[in-house]
Amino acid sequence: MSPPASPARPPRQTLLHHRGLGPWTWAVLALLAALPPLLQVMGLEFYTVVATRVLIFAIAASSLNLILGFGGLVSFGHAAFVGLGAYTVGALMEAGVASAWIAWPAAMLVSGLAAAVIGAISLRTRGVYFIMITLAFAQMFHYLAVSLKAYGGDDGLPLAARSSLTALPVNLADDASFYWVALGLFALVFAGLQRLVNSPLGWLLQAARENETRVTATGGRVFAVQWSAFIIAGALAGLAGALLANLNGMVSPHLMHWSQSGQLMVMVILGGAGAVWGGPLGALVFLLLEELLSGVTIHWQFALGAILLAVVLFAPRGLAGLFRPRGDAHA
Amino acid sequence: MDLILVAEQALNGLQFGLMLFLLAAGLTLVFGIMDLINLAHGSLYMVGAYLTAAALAAGAPFLAAVLAAIAGTALLGMALEVTLLRRLYQRDHLSQVLATFALILMLNEGVRMIWGEQPLMLNTPAALSGPVELLPGLSYPAYRLLIIGVGLAVAVALYLLTRTRWGMWVRAGASNRAMTSAMGVPADRLFTAVFGIGAALCALAGSLLGPLLAVQVGMGESILILAFVVIVIGGIGSIRGALVGALLVGLVDTGSRTLLPAALRQVASPELASSVGPAVASILIYVLMAAVLFWKPRGLFPARG
Repeated sequence: MSPPASPARPPRQTLLHHRGLGPWTWAVLALLAALPPLLQVMGLEFYTVVATRVLIFAIAASSLNLILGFGGLVSFGHAAFVGLGAYTVGALMEAGVASAWIAWPAAMLVSGLAAAVIGAISLRTRGVYFIMITLAFAQMFHYLAVSLKAYGGDDGLPLAARSSLTALPVNLADDASFYWVALGLFALVFAGLQRLVNSPLGWLLQAARENETRVTATGGRVFAVQWSAFIIAGALAGLAGALLANLNGMVSPHLMHWSQSGQLMVMVILGGAGAVWGGPLGALVFLLLEELLSGVTIHWQFALGAILLAVVLFAPRGLAGLFRPRGDAHA
Repeated sequence: MDLILVAEQALNGLQFGLMLFLLAAGLTLVFGIMDLINLAHGSLYMVGAYLTAAALAAGAPFLAAVLAAIAGTALLGMALEVTLLRRLYQRDHLSQVLATFALILMLNEGVRMIWGEQPLMLNTPAALSGPVELLPGLSYPAYRLLIIGVGLAVAVALYLLTRTRWGMWVRAGASNRAMTSAMGVPADRLFTAVFGIGAALCALAGSLLGPLLAVQVGMGESILILAFVVIVIGGIGSIRGALVGALLVGLVDTGSRTLLPAALRQVASPELASSVGPAVASILIYVLMAAVLFWKPRGLFPARG
């Protein structure tokens, strides 16, 4: 239970308010921006790609956290939106459109539209039925991608090149430049999501997670709020998919496999569902553990499982919960 | 399309559906009574298959191997329940998802450490390797008939089990957990027993399906999703629902995989049929689930009032 608000606290620090890093934000951003040259000096250029992957999954996990953590809507089909974004970039590239200015917004649009349709149907169910119906839709898209022989079917579709950011002096083919673009987009998404959860829409979303009946009774339009959040989350996942297609140099139905949705869910829960830092923290820790442990032992999955289990037992609110001051306790 | 093919596919669907039922029965009870989302349920199925393979490799006859696998997996399941899963009953579903996902990773890797990466091939027992002529012109593998028989026997046995005192507690627990424990039902022992039975059924399915499919790491996850589809269609916590749901999913899945491309070939070009057919067949069970949830949002046989 939270203590009664002391007068020293500004009124914005309510139960539903989620702080970012405050003054630390710029320091962290500067550090992240300096990462590629630092890695180069240490002779670890390979890790630039790993860091880019972390940033992309941080975007995807943050978008899932909006509906799963803040909305309490456990979507087991989020990989479908990532995959749709990736396939949009792949299909446009195949059609000769390589410009990121067109392809990336198109990816967000396609994923957002799909989320609008899937959300409109799925949000009529709750609980485990919501989990299963979002899974069902994702599986449909997965098998659809498998059957698309024009885009490589089961094997997927290699991209001729990375998207091009014409009009900007940035060459995405260079790993460090691609990292900086991903970092910029991640910062935008993170700042946007933090504003969103602290906005009236975000408050209603969190309030509906706690008690839907009360929100409805006080005049909140629960469906509209949850639907908006679902669409925003879908579109952001589409952006992550567009970046992922560029990083991997290919798109494949595996991007939409249910295990990918599961992995995104695990990242969010590991980091902290319903904490603004949950998504990025979960993506960072999960992917780094995978990377580091697989270098140490071929049985790294056993160690990863043991660590995840320890987190469940000893950090019930995820890793982000460990950094929360006492008394600020809510999931 | 000839009738022999249809009859054969119906039997295949029945056989697959009954095996799905073995998994779904345990899953639906654990979910319905303990309110635990157990993603690691499929891993117990994998462990059962591997234990059967190990016992066969050690020279045990098939029946003994199956019984050993059932006993071993039930013990493992109960040990997991007592040491770990019991701590998760009071936690939210998200923690359960993360914990049982971690368990999948550990069990998969554990199996890989012991038995290696290569899939194991099991032979059907020699006495059952031949076909049986059911009707003139319709012969069917004896081993698959055995699976159908065992599946039906287990369904009947589970029905009888739910008529006993413990079975009544289980059904009561599925419909109202808090009230059941308030009435003095020994919840701890009941939960452990239910979990053990669920694990044993998983192992039975794993060892029976072993000779038909490859025994490999990861075999549990794909069937786990189907088992979840089954229990959602049937209604969570309902054994009867799990049986009906499993038979529906088994028949639709098997039937659409073979009959649908054949049917498509008659109305569309062969290329289109061969590319679209399998995709539509895979999608069909999810369409089935979405349709059931649309008409019956709590599944066909909701256990909770």
